[in-house]
Amino acid sequence: MQSVQFEAPGTVEQAVALLAGATGDARVLAGGTDLLVQLRSHMVDPALVVDIKHIEETRTLVRNADGSYTIGSAVAGAEAHEHDRFAAEWPGVMESWDLIGSTQIQGRASLGGNLCNASPAADSVPAMIAAGMTANIAGPGGRRTVPVEDIPVAPGRTSLANGEFVVSFNLPARPAGGGDAYLRLIPRTEMDIAVVGCGVALVLDAGGIVTSARVSLGAVAPTVLLVEDAARAIVGTRLDDDALAALDAACQAACSPINDKRGTIVYRTQVAGVLARRAARIAAERAGSR
Amino acid sequence: MTGEKTEFKWVGTRAIRPDGHDKVTGRAKFGSDFALPGMLQGRVLRSPHAHARIRSIDTSAAEALPGVKGVITSADFADQPAELAAAGEALVNYRDMVRNVMAREKVLYDGHAVAAVAATSAEIAEAALELISVDYEVLDHVIDVDLAMEPGAPILDEELEPAGMEASGPTNIAKRVDFDLGDVEEGFAKAEVVLERSYTTAAVHQGYIEPHAAVASVSEDGQAQIWCCTQGQFMVRAYTARLCGMETSQIRVTPSEIGGGFGGKTVVYLEPLATALSRKTGRPVKMIMSREEVFRASGPTSAGSMTYRIGATRNGVITAFEGTIRLEAGAFPGSPVQPACMCAVAPYDIKNVRLTGYDVVVNRPKVAAYRAPGAPISAFGAESIIDELAKELGFDPLQLRLKNAAKQGTKAAYGPTFRRIGYEETVEQAIASEHYSAPLGPNQGRGVASGFWFNIGGESAATVNINEDGTAVVVSGNPDIGGSRASLALMAAEELGIDYTKVRPIIGDTSSVGYNFLTGGSRVTFATGLAVVEAARDAVRQMCERAAKIWEVESDGVIWRDGHAVPASSNVGDFEPLSLADIAAQSPKTGGPICGHNAQNVQGAGPGFATHICDVEVDPETGRVTILRYTAVQDVGRAIHPSYVEGQIQGGAVQGIGWALNEEYIYNERGQLENPGFLDYRIPVASDLPMIETVVVEVPNDRHPYGVRGVGEVPIVPPMAAVANAIENATGVRMEHLPMSPPRLLAALDAARLPEAAE
Ligand SMILES: Cc1cc2nc3c(=O)[nH]c(=O)nc-3n(C[C@H](O)[C@H](O)[C@H](O)COP(=O)(O)OP(=O)(O)OC[C@H]3O[C@@H](n4cnc5c(N)ncnc54)[C@H](O)[C@@H]3O)c2cc1C
Repeated sequence: MQSVQFEAPGTVEQAVALLAGATGDARVLAGGTDLLVQLRSHMVDPALVVDIKHIEETRTLVRNADGSYTIGSAVAGAEAHEHDRFAAEWPGVMESWDLIGSTQIQGRASLGGNLCNASPAADSVPAMIAAGMTANIAGPGGRRTVPVEDIPVAPGRTSLANGEFVVSFNLPARPAGGGDAYLRLIPRTEMDIAVVGCGVALVLDAGGIVTSARVSLGAVAPTVLLVEDAARAIVGTRLDDDALAALDAACQAACSPINDKRGTIVYRTQVAGVLARRAARIAAERAGSR
Repeated sequence: MTGEKTEFKWVGTRAIRPDGHDKVTGRAKFGSDFALPGMLQGRVLRSPHAHARIRSIDTSAAEALPGVKGVITSADFADQPAELAAAGEALVNYRDMVRNVMAREKVLYDGHAVAAVAATSAEIAEAALELISVDYEVLDHVIDVDLAMEPGAPILDEELEPAGMEASGPTNIAKRVDFDLGDVEEGFAKAEVVLERSYTTAAVHQGYIEPHAAVASVSEDGQAQIWCCTQGQFMVRAYTARLCGMETSQIRVTPSEIGGGFGGKTVVYLEPLATALSRKTGRPVKMIMSREEVFRASGPTSAGSMTYRIGATRNGVITAFEGTIRLEAGAFPGSPVQPACMCAVAPYDIKNVRLTGYDVVVNRPKVAAYRAPGAPISAFGAESIIDELAKELGFDPLQLRLKNAAKQGTKAAYGPTFRRIGYEETVEQAIASEHYSAPLGPNQGRGVASGFWFNIGGESAATVNINEDGTAVVVSGNPDIGGSRASLALMAAEELGIDYTKVRPIIGDTSSVGYNFLTGGSRVTFATGLAVVEAARDAVRQMCERAAKIWEVESDGVIWRDGHAVPASSNVGDFEPLSLADIAAQSPKTGGPICGHNAQNVQGAGPGFATHICDVEVDPETGRVTILRYTAVQDVGRAIHPSYVEGQIQGGAVQGIGWALNEEYIYNERGQLENPGFLDYRIPVASDLPMIETVVVEVPNDRHPYGVRGVGEVPIVPPMAAVANAIENATGVRMEHLPMSPPRLLAALDAARLPEAAE
């Protein structure tokens, strides 16, 4: 291992300057629950590590006047629970965050880290995509905002340019009649990596008809997927059996998984449909219960 | 409870364990906690190939790296003759052992050690490994037992000559064993129902938390000290002496506290390497395995493949059982196929049994013992087919077991006639349990299964030293992997008649206590316990003699009662009782120190039996299994320390559940292990399980002063079949292959649903 330069800047500008000026591999450090593991197992060997947790904007979770949220990229799941309305308004996003690791890990693990680690099996990412979240990125060229689904491009790779990092996320106000849910399958009950993950966010009208939906699948393709056909399968329906079967089929059709130690192509594909049906029902129940 | 009830002051209490404080505060020293001044760090270069010939090894660049003090390869170990030496549950062959600790002509599995480096830092040692160049000729490999037995399979050892059978040419079959009782043909002729089934089980790792670690220091005069985490310091001494060409008296091995072993620390990996490196460099050398190395190079237990045939009359009498069991030995012969055959149907009184076993080498790490070696594998199939038989006959599965239960006087297929055993009691208690009749919901099912393990005795030595203030030290020689120190101290306190807190049990190194066979076979509380009891009685006898001296009476006029010497009768005289402390205080004047000793090869181990009940819920759309409720009933002889008995039973059940549901080695097509870590090698986590309920049955072993049988191994025998039987009960689908992981179960459920859908 080479020696590592460690920096903990207090502002976004300083962080960008450090990252952009780095000569070797530079890594952002949020909770470190992925990065430190990778460092210790020699999977990465950075010349520079920039801890972003001293930057106020990355560490705050606020509900804006219009009901939308701005979530710092380095906020930990345990901290999100301290907000009085967040978990109740976006239970699907919260439950996906809560599934990451164990109590100890949840005291550190951030949405920014989960997204930028760019694992196709990252738990919070399908929920973020279903909820329609966008990411605020800072870089040498200034700031830009992109949909979450545009950030991972391949396992372990993101679309962030040299010197860029995610400062925070925008989560829209929960619509009237809206509900969301996230489900994953792991063989055990915790400390495991999703074999399949599925996030669903939808809106029901007063008559119980789905007026809009977003469905996202994890661990069934090189990146987390936004499955538009799956949403189309349920919009305009009451989530009756036919609609759920169509949702199941659309999700299965979107899958292009691999056979690996965590699951087979057949199994992942089949379970993607099952989880989508179940998540849609839970999201609808949550939408209806408000 | 069956068996005679005796009143005890300490035996049977839940006293605080003597090692408890140090373990909860972190003060306890485990294998990797040991350090010496000037110590070097050793690292091992491991084969990336499953099977390859080593053409040459060039270590010169590694040796030239600043900070590297020594490099060893197989050239640093003398070759050993092929001969079998007894080592408790297994026989060891030093020719194989020297090749397993350091590959010679060939590497035989991914992770096989080929060289080791000692350097001034771990980083330098790791960098040096990359500078060692090994020229390999990669060979075809085989990692599956059935494929390894096929003609034309890649051959691991051209010189392998199978025992117990003829072979026409090179083979991977190392041994065939046969067990015969009665006449199976006649038995099947009497049968009205005959079933034949095949089953497979996956290789699984013991999964101990603490990776292997050792420090060795060889002095200029050739004397060596080794500190390591092991289940047997005497085993480490014997094997290291042999492999390093030293005398036993030159090596002193001190065992550390041990973070789990389950049988996996009954062999050597690092100790001979650290010793050879220390001898070569003149410095102490520390070696620690990473978790990845533990998985790639240390012992799993065998994967197994078996075919069984069972016959019974319509009224539920099992008339015949026949089977072939094939077990993977890993890279060198020595799978537990013999105990697998012996245990398969040991809980039952079956008059006609024939079992054939094959020990087969494959390109995987050499197997090591794992709780009741072999028995869980053969019992998975046996207890599954018995469950099917019960269904076929319309019998409750426990009633069928009860009807065929082995009891006192039953001749077991493996040879002996049972003395008093408690198998029937475990079945009766299971039937009577509230669990067995509790209601089940949709997609839920209940399964039962039984299990057997011999338990063993073996060489045991202990000393009980009476201290001058009336306290005592118990010195024994078995690493404590399950609370045995507490149990030994309880028995010593009971014998001496003093408070448990006044008895300090310690584990001696190889030079400070007599030889003890390793911690294994569920032997320590039974056999070493017996030596401790006898040593305490020896001390008591000496104390009675001292009292006789003080009272000036014949020594047989004094007896020991409640921690005091008292006159045997009023004829002896009227003397105030002398307490242990009184006698200890006067010992300098009455003959010097009081030290009780005992050393013997303990016989008379009491067989252990268990019956488990498991409730599951199966998710029909994902194949995921949730264990809802689990009860383990076991005859333990006597629970010296009930908490540790329950802990052993719970731990065994949990490991069995992991074996049933998710644990397996995943190899790629090149024979490299893809899941060498706890993330993808899925042992159960706490939240996967309900509290394991235990029912402790006490049918005392009449060959132990407190009735102890042994506890630690039986509980891992029934779980796999109990889970499979519960899944069948919930879904109607019979799983014949382990693990019953979600993808496999879903595929089986789908296959069963297809014909239904077509109807
Ligand atoms: C025991 C254990 C269990 C786990 N279980 C789960 C699980 O169940 N589900 C799951 O999805 N994950 C799991 N993880 C992985 C990990 O905890 C999550 O991915 C977590 O969300 C990572 O967040 P972090 O803040 O710790 O990221 P870090 O480790 O700090 O960073 C992760 C990566 O993202 C980069 N990065 C971090 N923040 C930013 C940013 N703002 N902008 C640009 N790049 C950034 C880093 O450079 C690094 O490459 C587990 C990890 C462990 C150790």
